[in-house]
Amino acid sequence: MIGAGSLPAVAEHSRLIWGLALALAVALWLWGQTFLPFAFDYPKSAQIPAARWIGGAITWLVKEAAIGPIAFADLTRAFSALIDGPYQSALGLLADGVQRQEAGQTLQLVPPLSWLAVIAIMALFAHWAGGAGLAALVAGCFVFVAIFGHWHATMVTLASIVVAVPLGVVGGLGLGILAWRHPWFDRALRPVLDLMQTMPVFAYLVPILILFGFGPTAAVIATLIYATPPMTRITTLALSRVPSETHDLATMVGCTPRQRLWRVLVPSAREPLLVGVNQVIMLSLNMVIIASMIGAGGLGFEVLNALRRLDFGTGLEAGLAIVALAIALDRLSQAIAHRSAGAAPKRGVARHTYLLAALAFALGTGLIGLILPAVQTYPEAAELSTSPFWAALVEWINITFFDTLEAVKNAILTWILMPAKRFLLGLPWLGVVALLGFAGWRLGGLRLGLLCSGLSFLIAATGQWEKAMITVYLCGISTLIAMAIGLPIAIWVAERDRWWTVTRLVIDTLQTLPSFVYLMPIVMLFRVGDFTAMIAVVAYAVVASVRYTVLGLQGVDPRLIEAGRAMGCTPWQILTRMRLKLALPEIILGLNQTIMFALSMLVITALVGTRDLGQDVYIALTKANPGNGLVAGLAIAFIAIIADRLLSAAARSAREKLGLEGAT
Amino acid sequence: MRLSLTLAAMLCASTAMAQESTDPIKLTLHDWTGQLITTQLMGEMLKKAGYNVEYVQADYLAQFAGLETGDLHVAMEIWETTGRDAMDASTATGNVEVLGATGMQAKEEWWYPLYMKEKCPGLPNWEALKDPACAEAFSTAETAPKGRYLGGPVTWGGFDEERIAALDLPFEVIHAGTDAALFAELESAYQRQAPVMLWVYAPHWAPAKFEGEWVEFPTYEAACYTDPAWGGNPGATHDCGKPFGDIWKVGWSGVKDKWPGAHKAIQAFTIDNAAMGQMITEVDLNGKAIEAVVADWIAANEATWSAWIAM
Repeated sequence: MIGAGSLPAVAEHSRLIWGLALALAVALWLWGQTFLPFAFDYPKSAQIPAARWIGGAITWLVKEAAIGPIAFADLTRAFSALIDGPYQSALGLLADGVQRQEAGQTLQLVPPLSWLAVIAIMALFAHWAGGAGLAALVAGCFVFVAIFGHWHATMVTLASIVVAVPLGVVGGLGLGILAWRHPWFDRALRPVLDLMQTMPVFAYLVPILILFGFGPTAAVIATLIYATPPMTRITTLALSRVPSETHDLATMVGCTPRQRLWRVLVPSAREPLLVGVNQVIMLSLNMVIIASMIGAGGLGFEVLNALRRLDFGTGLEAGLAIVALAIALDRLSQAIAHRSAGAAPKRGVARHTYLLAALAFALGTGLIGLILPAVQTYPEAAELSTSPFWAALVEWINITFFDTLEAVKNAILTWILMPAKRFLLGLPWLGVVALLGFAGWRLGGLRLGLLCSGLSFLIAATGQWEKAMITVYLCGISTLIAMAIGLPIAIWVAERDRWWTVTRLVIDTLQTLPSFVYLMPIVMLFRVGDFTAMIAVVAYAVVASVRYTVLGLQGVDPRLIEAGRAMGCTPWQILTRMRLKLALPEIILGLNQTIMFALSMLVITALVGTRDLGQDVYIALTKANPGNGLVAGLAIAFIAIIADRLLSAAARSAREKLGLEGAT
Repeated sequence: MRLSLTLAAMLCASTAMAQESTDPIKLTLHDWTGQLITTQLMGEMLKKAGYNVEYVQADYLAQFAGLETGDLHVAMEIWETTGRDAMDASTATGNVEVLGATGMQAKEEWWYPLYMKEKCPGLPNWEALKDPACAEAFSTAETAPKGRYLGGPVTWGGFDEERIAALDLPFEVIHAGTDAALFAELESAYQRQAPVMLWVYAPHWAPAKFEGEWVEFPTYEAACYTDPAWGGNPGATHDCGKPFGDIWKVGWSGVKDKWPGAHKAIQAFTIDNAAMGQMITEVDLNGKAIEAVVADWIAANEATWSAWIAM
C-alpha cells in the first residue's frame, strides 16, 4: 500500500476518473442516438455467426470426433455404462426388484426392499449416526412419502441421488483440493465452474443426450455438472481459510503432505465442507424435474404430470416428497460427518447389531410381504390426498384477493419493473461495454477490464444485446430484493439457534421444492409475465443470501466478539464493525451465489413467458438447435462471470482500503 | 385339452416371433394424459402380441435425440401443429421414420368461456372481435384498450401476431411460456368468471371441463398462409384460422428390422378424437387410473386390435 499520507489524494484522483467516465457514458446515452446510431443497435452485418459455428462443432464432436480408432461418442457411452451399473443396482434394490420380461409378460423374480424395510433401515442408519431424534426425523420423512402415495417414484429418485451425490462430493472435493494446491488450476477452473453453474441445463441437454444416451444416466451426468461446482468452490475457500497455526502445527508434528491434508486440514475445514455436501444434495434434488424430462422418471415426472392437469395438491405432495428426501439425506450426511470425527466409532458387536437388524428387517418384511402384500407395498387404501384442499384454497384466494393482488402487481410493475427495463434497454451497448471495461480496469487492473469489456462485447456481437439486457433487469432486481430480504433474516437468526433451525428448514424447502410447484398457482394469481417470474426467482435466490451470510457470521471467532464487548462496543457496533466485516468474504460469496441462483432460474421463468436469454435457450431446445442454445447459454454465463469478477474485485479493493487484508 | 391348446398357441407365437428380438421396445411417455393413454394402449397391445415393452419418460422434444440413436424406439404422439419442425429435422437424419397418422386430428384455435358471449354477443364469428367494445371486454390494465389474447409458448408458433394484423383485430398477443401456465390462467379466469381469450387445443381436458367455444375464423387453407391474395385481406397472408393437423406416430428406423411384426402393428394403430376425448375425460375429470381406462379399452375392442397385431 502507498503511504498513508497520499491516500486522500489517490481517492480524489480516483473519484475524478470515475466522474469523467460516467459523464462520457451519459453523454453518449443522451446524444449518441443521432451521431453514433451503431452504438445503440449493433450492426447486423458485423455479427459473429457463433451459433452456426458452435452447432457445427457439436455435430462434429458427436458424429466424427475420435481419439485414435475410438469415436468420442463411444467413449462417452462407455462412461455412461460405467454409471449405469451402480444405478441399475440401486434401482433394483429400492424400486423395482429383479424383473424379467418374457413374451410380453413381466415376471417379478425378486421383489424390491419393502417400504417397511426401507424405513427401518434408514431409521437404524440414522440411529447409528445421530441417535433416536434423528432416527425419528428420518423415519418420519419416509412415512410422509408413503402416506401421500409417492413411494415408488421416490425410490426411483432416491436411486439416482444415491449414485449422483457421492460422485459429486468426491469429484468436487478433489477439484477443490487441486485448485487450492495450484493457483493456476484455480484460475483455470473458476470460469469453468461459472459456466457449469450458470449455463442453463437446457442449453447442453441435447448434446448430453446424444453423447451419453437417453435415460437416467444422462440425467445423472447433467445433475453432476450442475451440482458439483459449489462443493469445489467451498472446498477451496475452506482450505485456504484454515489458520496458518494449524498448518504450522501439522508441519511441526511431522506430517507428510498427504497426512497434513487428510488428517489435519480437511477435518479442520469440516463445517464449511458440510455446507458443500448439503449443497450437492440440494442441487441434485433440484435437478429432479429436469432429469425427469430426459428419462429419469421418479418424482419430477409426478410433479410435471400433476401440474399439467393443474392438480396443485398432487404436485405439491410430490414436491414435498422431494423436500422430505432432501431433509432426511442432508441431516443424515451431517450426522455421519460429525460422528466419524467425534468419539472413536464402536467396533465389533455394536456395529454388527445394526447390520444384523437391518438384514433381518429386509428379509423378514420381504418374506412376510409374500403373504401380506401390505407389508411389501404401502396399501393404496391408506393413502391420503390433500388435492381437493389445495384446489379449494387456491380458488378461494383467487376469487377473494385477485383484485388486491392485481393492484399491488400493477403498482410494482409501473413504478419499479417497467422503468428499470426501459432504462436498461435504452442504454447504448457501446457505452455499457466501455463502462464495464473501465470498472474492471479500476477495480482489478487491465486484465479484468479487458475481460469484462471483451465478454460484454461478445454478447452484443452475437446479436443478443436486447435479450441480455432483459436478463440483467430481471435478475438484477430479483437479486437486490433477495439480498434485501436475506441479509436481515441471516443477521437475526445467526445467533439464535432455535430460529436458525426453523429458517434452515424453510430455506431447504425453498431450495428443493421444485419452483414449478408454486409457479403455477402464482400464474393463477398474477398472470404470466415478468412479475410472476420475479417472484419465482426471488423465492429461489434468497436461499443463497441467507445460507452464506449465516455461515460467515457464525464463523466469526467468538473471542473477538468477547474482546469487542469488553472494550465497550455497542451491539450495533459489534454487528457492523466486527461481525459483518469479518464475515464479508462469505457475504460476498453469498451475493455471488445469489446472482448465480437467480441466473439459473431463467430457464424456469422462460416457462411463464419472459422474453430473455432463458427463453432463447428454451426455444433452441424445443427446436433441437444446440448451436443457438449454447450461444444463449454462454451469454448467460458471461453475465454471471462479469458480475462475479467485478464483485470479487470490488470486495478486495474495499478490504484493502479498510486494512482488513493485512489483519486476517 | 385346454393346456395343449395354450401350449400350441405359445408354440405358434414363438415360431411367428422367431426372427424378432426379445429386447424390450421402448415407448416414450410425456406429460399429458392423452399421450399417456395412446402410448399405453399401444404398449398393452404389443404385450398381448408377445413383445417385451418398456415405457420411458422423456421430454416431448428432447426425445428426438434418443430416437435418432436408437436409445428410444417409438413416440406415439407428435402433433403436426407443435412437433413438425423437430420431426422433420429428425427424419432428415435418416435414423427416424414416421409410422403413419394416429387418426386423431389436432384442433387449435382462439377459445373463450361461454359467459363471455354476454359481453360480446356476435361470437363465435370472428368479426365480432373487431368491435372495440368487444375487444375492451377482453382487455387488462397492460393491454387496454386492446383485447388480451393469451397465445401458446413462443415455440408453438401459430402466427397469431400475423393473424391479428391481417384481420385488423384490436388485440395484443401475450405468450404463455408453457402449456401449464396457459391453462392455469384459464382456470383462474373461469373461477372468477373473468374475461379471457386464449389458445386452446384438443384433444385436451380443458374443453371438456370448461364451457366455451372456439372463435370461427375463415377456414384455413394452405394458400392462406402463402398467398396474400387469398381471403378477405388481399394484401396479407394469415387472414384465416389455424390449421388442423394430424397427430403422427414416429419411430427409430431400426424398429422395422428388429421387430417387423411390431412395426406393422404400430403402423396399423388408429383411434379417433371422440374415443380419445372420452378416455381423457375419464382420467382427468373422473379421476380414474390410466391403467384402468386402457384396460377397459383393450377389453372392449379386442376385435379391432387383434387384427392390427395379426398383420
